[in-house]
Amino acid sequence: MDRADHVSILYDGEKHEVPSGRTILSALEEIGIGFVRGVGCRGGVCGACTVLYRISDETEFHAALMCQEPVQAEMEILPLPYFPQKKVRHSLDLPEGETPHYRVVNYYPEINRCIMCGECSRLCPVGIDVMGYVGMIKRGELREAAWESFTCVQCQACALRCPGQIPQPNAALTARLFHGRHQVPQAEHLTRALEKNRKEDIHAVIGRLRRMKPVEIQALYQRREIEPQNAPPGTWLPEDRTLIMMG
Amino acid sequence: MAVNQSHTLPESLRESARLVEKTREERLARLLRGETFPLLSLSDRRAWLEEYHPDYQLEGRRTLGVGPSKGMETPVELADLLEAWPRANVLSLYEDSDKRLAQEPDHVTDVLIIGGGGAGMAAAITAAEAGAKVTIATKLRPGDSNTIMAEGGIQAADQECDSPVQHFLDVLGGGHFTNDPDMVEALVTDGPETLRWLEELGLLFDKYATGRMKTRHGGGTSRKRLHSCGDVTGLEIMRVLQDRAEYLGVETIQFHPAVELLTDENGRAVGVVLERIPQGETLVVRAKAVILATGGFGRLHFRDFPTSNHYGATADGLAIAYRAGLPLRDIQSCQYHPTGVAYPEQKLGLLLTEKFRGLGAQILNRHGDEFVHNLEPRDVTTATIIRECSEYDNGVETPGGVNGVWLDIPLIELLHGRGTIEREFPGRFKEFIGKGFDIRKWPVLAYPTLHYQNGGVVTGTDAATDMPGLFAAGEVTGGVHGKNRLMGNALLEILVFGRRAGEGAARFAAEFGAGGKPGLSHLDAFLEELTVAKIDRQRTAPRLLPVYGKVRPV
Ligand SMILES: Cc1cc2nc3c(=O)[nH]c(=O)nc-3n(C[C@H](O)[C@H](O)[C@H](O)COP(=O)(O)OP(=O)(O)OC[C@H]3O[C@@H](n4cnc5c(N)ncnc54)[C@H](O)[C@@H]3O)c2cc1C
Ligand code: SF4
Ligand code: SF4
Ligand code: FES
Repeated sequence: MDRADHVSILYDGEKHEVPSGRTILSALEEIGIGFVRGVGCRGGVCGACTVLYRISDETEFHAALMCQEPVQAEMEILPLPYFPQKKVRHSLDLPEGETPHYRVVNYYPEINRCIMCGECSRLCPVGIDVMGYVGMIKRGELREAAWESFTCVQCQACALRCPGQIPQPNAALTARLFHGRHQVPQAEHLTRALEKNRKEDIHAVIGRLRRMKPVEIQALYQRREIEPQNAPPGTWLPEDRTLIMMG
Repeated sequence: MAVNQSHTLPESLRESARLVEKTREERLARLLRGETFPLLSLSDRRAWLEEYHPDYQLEGRRTLGVGPSKGMETPVELADLLEAWPRANVLSLYEDSDKRLAQEPDHVTDVLIIGGGGAGMAAAITAAEAGAKVTIATKLRPGDSNTIMAEGGIQAADQECDSPVQHFLDVLGGGHFTNDPDMVEALVTDGPETLRWLEELGLLFDKYATGRMKTRHGGGTSRKRLHSCGDVTGLEIMRVLQDRAEYLGVETIQFHPAVELLTDENGRAVGVVLERIPQGETLVVRAKAVILATGGFGRLHFRDFPTSNHYGATADGLAIAYRAGLPLRDIQSCQYHPTGVAYPEQKLGLLLTEKFRGLGAQILNRHGDEFVHNLEPRDVTTATIIRECSEYDNGVETPGGVNGVWLDIPLIELLHGRGTIEREFPGRFKEFIGKGFDIRKWPVLAYPTLHYQNGGVVTGTDAATDMPGLFAAGEVTGGVHGKNRLMGNALLEILVFGRRAGEGAARFAAEFGAGGKPGLSHLDAFLEELTVAKIDRQRTAPRLLPVYGKVRPV
């Protein structure tokens, strides 16, 4: 069975010869193993295709996304399509006198159980310092936690091996939501745009464009003034201001 | 993270990559002087499109001979899906309809949403907030969708130099003036408040310390109007919406794709038939209103193009709507995103977001020379890349025999300073560096990839279709973008029309109640036509999942 361009792997307890140079997912499909559950985006962002694997001779095992990870010889692979993890259903309300930090820890008090073993950070297939963001949440550094956890694809690998039984990705989600809702300033220019739109009759101006003949509107389109790439935010204005409703 | 050397550029590609390096300084100097590659005139645009864009080629297309859009041309793969029989389990319900459908339904709800992507989730939230009992039935898990994959951003006119009117003009021009102007007007006027809605849901936009949103250009925009969340905008939108829907008590039925609509004797939608995958048994769901939000068709791989789409993007909703008698529009227009990954091959077809170009990365041929302006609409850029590689033979060939052009990502840091790439593209940066490939140092090879369904089911601005009780929103619909969509308008579309659909469906449910006896009589005329046209009974739809390698279909 040994073919030069094939490697031998163990998937869900069964041995298979699969083509090398592929992702685990496409290698398995190539030999006829299809997926209904356990595959979603095929692009490394949905976390549906989490697996645990170990190379035969080694002790250490790893987590990976099947749609991203190249197959290697002697991989033993366990699919992990689902992991029952605590998730709190909560609103984003902040009762009088409470801080976002307090709210998050209140929903996920488990984060205080972190013993800093580092297993979660080691496993995370997208390279997030999970232990790091757990610590940040604990210390009330929600902004830092939000950005450290920002590319989390909710694959659950970190939660799987946590000795503190901490649902890290869900705690991070709550931290991001409270940070976004209560700590990031609202965009004032957007508030002004909304006010302007309420005052002006946008539909009337659009109506004027809609009544133009094809050649007229095409000419208007070709004449568009393009905001320069390097214009500092909110500073540039076009010569012709009729379409932006400034006279 | 461990660096795996086997995924850096092979020597055959490095030679050309060095030419890119060589021309970089001069290109930078030109950019700093404000000089850019000239934009094409409208007539040149047309010429290149007609000659090189896959949509304009006759090969690989067929005219529909059956159904409400008879006479329309579509890619053959899609025609095969539209001119197809229902799946066996639906046919057996049809033939036996009185008995099974007369029994108690398996599930009852007010508003049933088919598809758990961004449009479906936005609809669920508004319907639930309006007081309806809401159920989402989805093919995979909620969130496994094209929405979660969106990288680049969402358009809306919020800057001082911008307005919904200016946005309107850009959308029309980008769509070559083939859009439905009513739909465009609804899209752009709801834009700013959609941003505010997201902000209030806790979504983390890229912002300055003052709270001002960072905005950038996208292909075909005259103003910087693209708002993003790093390079994982869709992921951030999806998880925020999903959390909100869960909080509101929206229930989800996963791994249960819809395979057919149910209608009453008045031709009104009153529910759907779901199929449990992979087992195949059916579930009958009754609802007072139904929203179709099944997304696009990338996984049909027209002309064997690779795709950027998620696993379930197989046009199920188009097939279901079409045989229920709903006309489609612009379904011959596919968007090929100009920059899908061409190398490494495991990532073939996956997306290199347009945000790279928005921040200045240029597209270059194998000599390291520019051949297209950075801000042409997508279809125009795609056509010029295909021309550069075929007609002019200026592409770079990968070891796997795929052609590509360079996306000069390192230029971004020369323009915006060190650290920009890691900060603005955290997702892509980590993914590539994990494979030992540093996108701060090397350009990446790209080639067009099948990306977006421009057309689809026709709806009004209230997201209602021609069938009472049936609403549709998102990529499954057509009209907003005409024959070509600009980046960032799809995410806006799914939220604007998703919310309108949710509102409309909740209102319809409250006003008209449960409706009559559920049945499949809407299939009568269509099945008759299939028989007359002698369509092979083995050809069934929806197909639910694509088939790769030696895998057998579901
Ligand atoms: C890689 C990528 C990047 C993109 N980047 C951007 C961007 O930067 N900006 C932008 O504006 N747009 C972008 N787009 C386009 C945009 O993301 C999509 O058009 C949009 O998200 C579609 O949303 P939707 O809700 O209509 O469909 P989807 O999000 O695809 O959701 C459809 C859902 O329906 C489910 N489904 C399918 N069939 C059935 C069935 N039979 N029964 C039940 N459920 C079913 C699917 O599983 C899925 O959950 C991008 C698209 C891709 C693929
Ligand atoms: S943080 Fe946890 S859930 Fe998120 S991607 Fe990393 S391992 Fe997966
Ligand atoms: S696995 Fe759990 S206990 Fe260990 S570092 Fe991570 S969060 Fe802390
Ligand atoms: S299938 Fe979505 S991460 Fe692999």
